[in-house]
Amino acid sequence: MREALHAEWTKLRTLASTSWLLLSTAILTVGMSAAVVAASSYQPFGYQDTPKLSLTGIDIGQAVVSILAVLMMSNEYSTGMIRTTLTAAPRRLVVLAAKATLLTGAAVAGGIVAVSGCLVAGRLILPSKGFTVAHGYPLLSLAHGATLRAAGGSVLYLVLVSLFSLGVTTAIRDSATAIGVVLGFLYLFPLLAQVVTDPAWHRHLEQIGPMTAGLAIQATTDLRSLPISPWAGLGVLALWAGAALATGGILLRLRDA
Amino acid sequence: MTTGIIAHRSEAVGHDGFAQLLWAEWTKFRTVRGSVIALGAAALVIALLSFVSASGDRFSFCPTGRSSCTSRHPAVPTGPGGEPVTDSFMFVHQPLVGNGVVTARVTSLSGRPVGGGPIGAPRATMQPVLVPWAKAGIMVERDTSQGAAYAAVMVTGTHGVRMQYDYTHDAPGLPGAVAMSSPRWLRLTRIGDIITGYDSTDGSHWSKIGTARFRDLPSAVQIGLFVTSPAYIPSGSNIGNPSVATASFDEVSVRGDLLTNSWTGDAIGASATFYPLLSTASSWHRLARNAFTITGSGDIAPRVGGSVFNGDMGGSILIGAIPGLIVLIVVATLFVTSEYRRGLIRITLTASPRRGRVFAAKALVVGSAAFAAGLVGTALAVVIVHHVLIANGNYLLPVSRLTEARVIVGTALLLAVAAVLALALGTAFRRGAAAVVTAIVLLVLPLILVYTLPAGESNWLMRLTPTAAFAVQGTQPSSPLVASAYTVKNGYYPLAPWAGLAVLCGYAAIALASATWLLRRRDV
Repeated sequence: MREALHAEWTKLRTLASTSWLLLSTAILTVGMSAAVVAASSYQPFGYQDTPKLSLTGIDIGQAVVSILAVLMMSNEYSTGMIRTTLTAAPRRLVVLAAKATLLTGAAVAGGIVAVSGCLVAGRLILPSKGFTVAHGYPLLSLAHGATLRAAGGSVLYLVLVSLFSLGVTTAIRDSATAIGVVLGFLYLFPLLAQVVTDPAWHRHLEQIGPMTAGLAIQATTDLRSLPISPWAGLGVLALWAGAALATGGILLRLRDA
Repeated sequence: MTTGIIAHRSEAVGHDGFAQLLWAEWTKFRTVRGSVIALGAAALVIALLSFVSASGDRFSFCPTGRSSCTSRHPAVPTGPGGEPVTDSFMFVHQPLVGNGVVTARVTSLSGRPVGGGPIGAPRATMQPVLVPWAKAGIMVERDTSQGAAYAAVMVTGTHGVRMQYDYTHDAPGLPGAVAMSSPRWLRLTRIGDIITGYDSTDGSHWSKIGTARFRDLPSAVQIGLFVTSPAYIPSGSNIGNPSVATASFDEVSVRGDLLTNSWTGDAIGASATFYPLLSTASSWHRLARNAFTITGSGDIAPRVGGSVFNGDMGGSILIGAIPGLIVLIVVATLFVTSEYRRGLIRITLTASPRRGRVFAAKALVVGSAAFAAGLVGTALAVVIVHHVLIANGNYLLPVSRLTEARVIVGTALLLAVAAVLALALGTAFRRGAAAVVTAIVLLVLPLILVYTLPAGESNWLMRLTPTAAFAVQGTQPSSPLVASAYTVKNGYYPLAPWAGLAVLCGYAAIALASATWLLRRRDV
């Protein structure tokens, strides 16, 4: 495993695209959060979940992180490198595990930068949009338990999305198709849930969708009205990631490279 | 090798037809089994997901708890012009035979939102809010059935005094709100088939607001006082709360042939589906011989979307189009990136060295294929969704055949242009993953934001991003006489249908130009 990790680490760090993609994840996530927060405004009726609002950028960040995950595996196939890799390390699941480990590390690093940037942006912009202490909105702070959970959970969310993408790509092998499948699964559920008016359907769709369930971790207020509790929601996403990795792993073992 | 030579020779003699180029690209496209299957899958998935989405869109309204749920929409009245209308209000009335004059003074109008269900039930009442189109005034109506022809002069929440008739006609009178210190005198005169409305601030200086001409107005009509109050829509909300309004009338007088000279109160169009079922007895009080206090809820207006009663075909078809869009984006991207991966691009560009034309042929092939798949898929989806929504008890506002055709062709064009955009991105990036993600993020992500953020705050996304093109799916009618929740989620787009598509075309044109430039400039 150590050799496999070392080999994968060399591949990952020597690719120019890795650092570019992690940097883009952070910039796009923070940029989108800042834009959304700047476009919002305090309303006297109804309560706005400001930590969740400040973390909206994860919606776009997950797309960039999944490119990183997809390329990690699809590049092996598009260049033919996979044959060299598997000759050097014939235990295929170890290779996949090494990739997953490194991807987790990369996503954590990128995620921490992105999420911190979002919180700073929210802290700076929100008061000027009327979300002030006087209106019942304290400054965003990690000392607040629910905000800490939302922030930490968002980093974990990015990790799980990247692992899901890795699993899908291991099964599909082609980068364009894999990323299409990943984004289809992520983005389709929230849209479908919004259009469906039947309350039971609506709730179930939000409970099983990888994005809708996973992002429940960002909610800080009114947890009772959530279709799924924050950690259970992240658990659903973990199941999706686990299922994708398992499928990918089995296919990797069974198929010729 | 021979193809290369033939191409060069035919170029030399002026037969380098664009048609041959198209044929070559089409052959490349159709002989990859995956892309043909994907085209079929795109059409299928549009119809299938539209069906799933429509199946989950069922009418169910529970005004007073679980036991009161209804699964069929209430009957929708039609106005004198045959158009669907809303017609529910509190009416204190009596018959008038022949010509006459009705006069009344309104001294106050106040309102508040309420939970659904009968008033008086212990429900959270919210802060007093008078909705913009709360109405209180005098009316002459053919009869008290829903959708009957009428003419009325009224004070409103924020639109001043108006004269309205037959649901769609409206003329402004005195501006400003009504109050004890600034009351409004209202008058309607009936002479034959002509009803004229007047208003005044003092009861002696009258000004004419407008005239309504009717056909075959019967000799006996209903005249009286009415109050109604449409849904209150909180800012950023996609759905309204019912509201009630209360008005004080005095100086009520009628000149003409009154049969009985006794007033009756009726809640017209009362049904406990959305507006609270007002108890007739407690909603109007006769304070003196010519003074009344009346409370009403409902609206007298054209019917628009965005209410709890209406299903919207657009939403379901939109959901179906999204997975179809993703499939087509992948197909279009792979059409060019796989050439790079396999080195086929070098043969292609050797055979026809004019790169701009090769790219144009590719765009035309992939665009037409996506258009065809989109046309079949959306046409199926429109038929399926229509039937499923109606079977689920939803009310669908009438949509003309022309509008339906526009939704189908417009959606197919959207998919075609999106495919061309993806092709251009694929050519520019030469990397499948980056191109697919960019296209999906540009086209799908804004929609998620618009749906999940508070309504209205993110409407700029539907103007500036390629997602604006989904405006081609808008079918819901709106009216300046109704302050409904005209939000994207309810099927109202900030841009006109073709203007929205033009935004996407703009993005695609920029991407095409950049891709062509890059293709010409770069080595392959």
